[in-house]
Amino acid sequence: MHISPVLWQFLVRWLTNSALFPPEASAIAPQMDAFYFFLIAISAVGMIAVIILVFGFSILYRKEKSPVATQIEGSTLLEATWTIIPLALFMICFVWGALLYFRIYDPPTNAMNIYIVGKQWMWKAEHPGGQHEIDSLHIPINRQVQLTMISQDVFHSFSIPAFRVKREVIPGRYSTVWFEATATGTYHLFCTQYCGTDHSAMIGEIVAMTPDDYQKWAAGSTSGASLAQNGERLFASLGCNSCHSGEASARGPNLAQVYGSRLQLTDGSYVTANDAYLREAILNPSTRVTAGYAPIMPTYQGQVSEEGLIDLVEYIKNLNSNYRVQQTLTASQLSTGQAGASSSGPTSAPMNYRTQETLGAGHAGPAKSGAGAPKVPGTVNQ
Amino acid sequence: MHDEAHPAYLRHHFVTVGQQRETASFGMWLFLLTEIMFFGGLFMAYLLYRNWYYDAFVAGSNTLSIGLGTTNTAVLILSSFTMAMGVYSAEIRNRKGLLISLSLTICLGLVFLGIKTVEYHNKYVEHHIPGADFSVEDFVHPADKRDVPLAPDMAQHAQLYFFLYFAMTGMHALHMIIGISILFILLYQAWHGAYVNGHTSTIDNFGLYWHFVDIVWIFLFPLLYLISRHPLK
Amino acid sequence: MSTIVTLPNQQDAQLPKLSYLNSEYGIKSWLLTGDHKRIAMLYLFSITFFFFIGGAFAGLIRLELLTPLPDLVASDTYNKLFTMHGVIMIFLFLVPSVPATVGNFVIPIMVGAKDLAFPKINLLSWYLYIAGACFLVAALLNGGVDTGWTFTTPLSTHYVNTHVITAAMGVFIAGFSSIFTGLNFIVTIHRMRCPGMTWFRLPLFCWSNYAASILMVLGTPVLAITLVLVMLERTVGIGVFDPTKGGDPLLFQHLFWFYSHPAVYIMILPGMGVISEVISTFSRKRVFGYTAVAFSSVAIAVFGFFVWAHHMFIMGVSNYSALVFSLLTMLVAVPSAIKIFNWAATLYKGSLTFETPMLYAFGFMGLFTIGGLTGVFLGSLGMDIHLTETYFIVAHFHFVMVGGMLMAYLAGVHFWWPKMTGRMYPESMSQLSAVTTFIGFILTFFPQFIVGYLGMPRRYHAYPPEFQVLNVLSTAGATVLGIGYVLPMLYMPWSLKYGKIAGSNPWQATGLEWQIQSPPLTENFIDIPIMDHEAYDYDWLEHNTAHEVTAVG
Repeated sequence: MHISPVLWQFLVRWLTNSALFPPEASAIAPQMDAFYFFLIAISAVGMIAVIILVFGFSILYRKEKSPVATQIEGSTLLEATWTIIPLALFMICFVWGALLYFRIYDPPTNAMNIYIVGKQWMWKAEHPGGQHEIDSLHIPINRQVQLTMISQDVFHSFSIPAFRVKREVIPGRYSTVWFEATATGTYHLFCTQYCGTDHSAMIGEIVAMTPDDYQKWAAGSTSGASLAQNGERLFASLGCNSCHSGEASARGPNLAQVYGSRLQLTDGSYVTANDAYLREAILNPSTRVTAGYAPIMPTYQGQVSEEGLIDLVEYIKNLNSNYRVQQTLTASQLSTGQAGASSSGPTSAPMNYRTQETLGAGHAGPAKSGAGAPKVPGTVNQ
Repeated sequence: MHDEAHPAYLRHHFVTVGQQRETASFGMWLFLLTEIMFFGGLFMAYLLYRNWYYDAFVAGSNTLSIGLGTTNTAVLILSSFTMAMGVYSAEIRNRKGLLISLSLTICLGLVFLGIKTVEYHNKYVEHHIPGADFSVEDFVHPADKRDVPLAPDMAQHAQLYFFLYFAMTGMHALHMIIGISILFILLYQAWHGAYVNGHTSTIDNFGLYWHFVDIVWIFLFPLLYLISRHPLK
Repeated sequence: MSTIVTLPNQQDAQLPKLSYLNSEYGIKSWLLTGDHKRIAMLYLFSITFFFFIGGAFAGLIRLELLTPLPDLVASDTYNKLFTMHGVIMIFLFLVPSVPATVGNFVIPIMVGAKDLAFPKINLLSWYLYIAGACFLVAALLNGGVDTGWTFTTPLSTHYVNTHVITAAMGVFIAGFSSIFTGLNFIVTIHRMRCPGMTWFRLPLFCWSNYAASILMVLGTPVLAITLVLVMLERTVGIGVFDPTKGGDPLLFQHLFWFYSHPAVYIMILPGMGVISEVISTFSRKRVFGYTAVAFSSVAIAVFGFFVWAHHMFIMGVSNYSALVFSLLTMLVAVPSAIKIFNWAATLYKGSLTFETPMLYAFGFMGLFTIGGLTGVFLGSLGMDIHLTETYFIVAHFHFVMVGGMLMAYLAGVHFWWPKMTGRMYPESMSQLSAVTTFIGFILTFFPQFIVGYLGMPRRYHAYPPEFQVLNVLSTAGATVLGIGYVLPMLYMPWSLKYGKIAGSNPWQATGLEWQIQSPPLTENFIDIPIMDHEAYDYDWLEHNTAHEVTAVG
């Protein structure tokens, strides 16, 4: 900016202390505000130009002063001028806006990830360490934070005006946004996509704390198990370990270190195993099957909640070896006949029956009994 | 009063018969353009879901009777021919020809709808109607050895295929029903001497509409019936 | 102080003995008419009625927003209020406003025809409008709809138990009204121009309505099929938009906005046409850069089809597709800017008077410029992240739609009122209304930009207390705005009985409609005119004034 930094800071401080401007509490906020001021400036120029022309001509050429009008056809030069100048200004806006957009929506690689699940009408935040929050989000300042968000029901939108970030929270797929808070304090969190009766009550607080305070908070608020640990329990109780045991002859691909890798699918195309892929693979496994494997994985649609899926995704993200997988496999093989859903997340007791039966009988795929199995009569042909 | 240049059917706001005819024709073409946009939304949905769930679409498509579908296509093309004959008859002022052509078109249209009803009924009986009654059995355990069995979750997505099948052919059938209803009216009017006195505009433009309905079917048929069909043995 | 020229001598002036208003009597002659002018009047009454219903809902919304707490109505009621406000204002007021009233009345006369190409379809359009409106009223009376006018899925398909299908049906039917009106206009302008009326001799009002009609005809069917899919999803529940069944909620967004973005151009283009006519007439000058203005209307229509996803920038469209849509949005902003400058240049070396239509036109130019420029804010990707779904958007579209379109509509009604009724409205009252509306509008909606940047979300029943001052300002302005809209409801009917007789050309305007009597004959012209001069030819007008036919009988 060509404005002196001192003047700029003064301007911003004055503005943000007035009731007319939101606080700048993130790294991107000053950039957003700078762009905003540019847009206001060119709008003001445009407005003033139009007002001067209209008022000026009204005064100069009012009927009393100008009884006869001069018929003018037009002027290609003028047309070109007021086409090209606005176009040029709009192009500057386009480029600047695009840069800002890419900055906000392309998260940095080593950002700290927090999961957000939106539902009518509350926000659930899940920190990887196992801290769960409702309608609030504690974050450390000066740290890049990425939010991986999904909705349980309808469209919502996670908005933090003080950070100048916002992203739609969509049912059925993850959306992400990132920010870096720069000032401690408590800021508004709004749901900005109309979502039903209590849309305006779906608000909360973003609490930005110093890193030390954040550590203290995290230590004091954990539920006892991290998301990955919950995921591990789910993984075993849902029977995933039986096919994804990591052995060479296993029916399902090895999941250790699969996160972030490039997978080849049965149709020859490649896909990156990111959060979205993992979630899809659990809910719609036959749409993208890893090459070399049969499409026999059952769907868990309707049996795992979004939080459960997050736990599983987080677990697979951090899975480096199959040692514990095989441990749990052996343990549940030993405990054939025991029901015991042991995960702390919302789960699917019916699948346990199938799993036990599967493990006990050594069959491939889901068992015939269909006890509680939702929509799938019959088995899959091998 | 009325004369050669100002026949009885010349509306008061038109200067010449030629202007009236061209205006009506232009209006009908424009209306058909809106119909293309109308069906376009369904084609967009089809495009998306066929891309996402190709296997389910293949499986769903293979459960449709290609015999009935091809027969229907032939019937409709034939009906377009009889309609074109009707337009021709009207232009050469052949009342009998017009009546026969219109009647044949109606019959062929009804045959089409009849075959469609049979097909819909088949889908009902086979539990392929999406909703509570839908069964994935045929897709998870296909009877035909050449069909690839689907995993249950992919088989569920066949419901989307059938939804689009019913929505697209249903919308098409609705347009057919409207067309046939209008054909009855035209038949009645033609019986009383209309359209063979030089004022062929109505028949011309209805012909355009009928051909359009035919063309929509010609797009629907391969998209719905012919997805990765097994070659005829 | 009136500056209107050449009103007939009011001592002995009389309305023409025969006109479209008295050529036939009885309710059937109105309800079964094919006369485009009568149909226009039918529309005028209908849309005014619904405007006030929609306006009443707006009043209640602003009343609720006086306080931060949700204390006036229940949340569900509030949600229904803003939904019905949006649906009624958009589909029952703005979309048909200029085309169906002023457009229907004036376009056949402007092209030199005795009626639109398809008079019966024109009447059908009005009946479809009424049928659609009946469905919406039914939805309203049965408890309302609370999905927002955007019917976002899966909320509208699976998560509300209000009368979505009834309301969607209403919009569906009203959409066909719009399609048929557009179809009629396109065919009329193509095929019914009188001898000598080339495309470039048409008034710019015709060009604007032609461009809007292209949008109506091509865009509205997509809304229709989208609503059909929503209705089917709600009844049969297949999952075409439901992610748990493999569907894609974003598909709905694409299909919906594919119409609803061109819809905003459908709403604004006819208004821009009015402004061209008004500015030209009250500066006594041809519009500067006729060709540029004509082509920019068509450019807006064409480009308008390619920018729909700028309503979806934060919804998970890929960054690269967002780039494309943002670029195209910038391109579509340019023709509007061109028009504003052309209109301003029209004032240069003109001979200006400031009758009410001109005041509304000036209001339009100022407010639409602000609204349009804030559109550039929103079309810039990064800025949109912060501003979207807040009151900034609400302010933006109210500036263009109310500050722009509604002002243009009022300008048009006031401009052509003498032609439609043969009477003049009281000038001082109307000027007062125009100024009141302008002031009220700015007070109402400017604070919303500020509270939007602060982050106040739209469609919020309650809000944090620090936003209250701006909301109170906004509501105060709304009161003033309301007065500005109520006043015409008083003096316009008054003018029907007591207004000055207008004569055929009170504004001394060019354009074929001003060369026939006020109100016109049913068949408009006794003989089809032959157009032998350019549009906005004031020299021709001067020479012609001597021969004008003023009345029949």
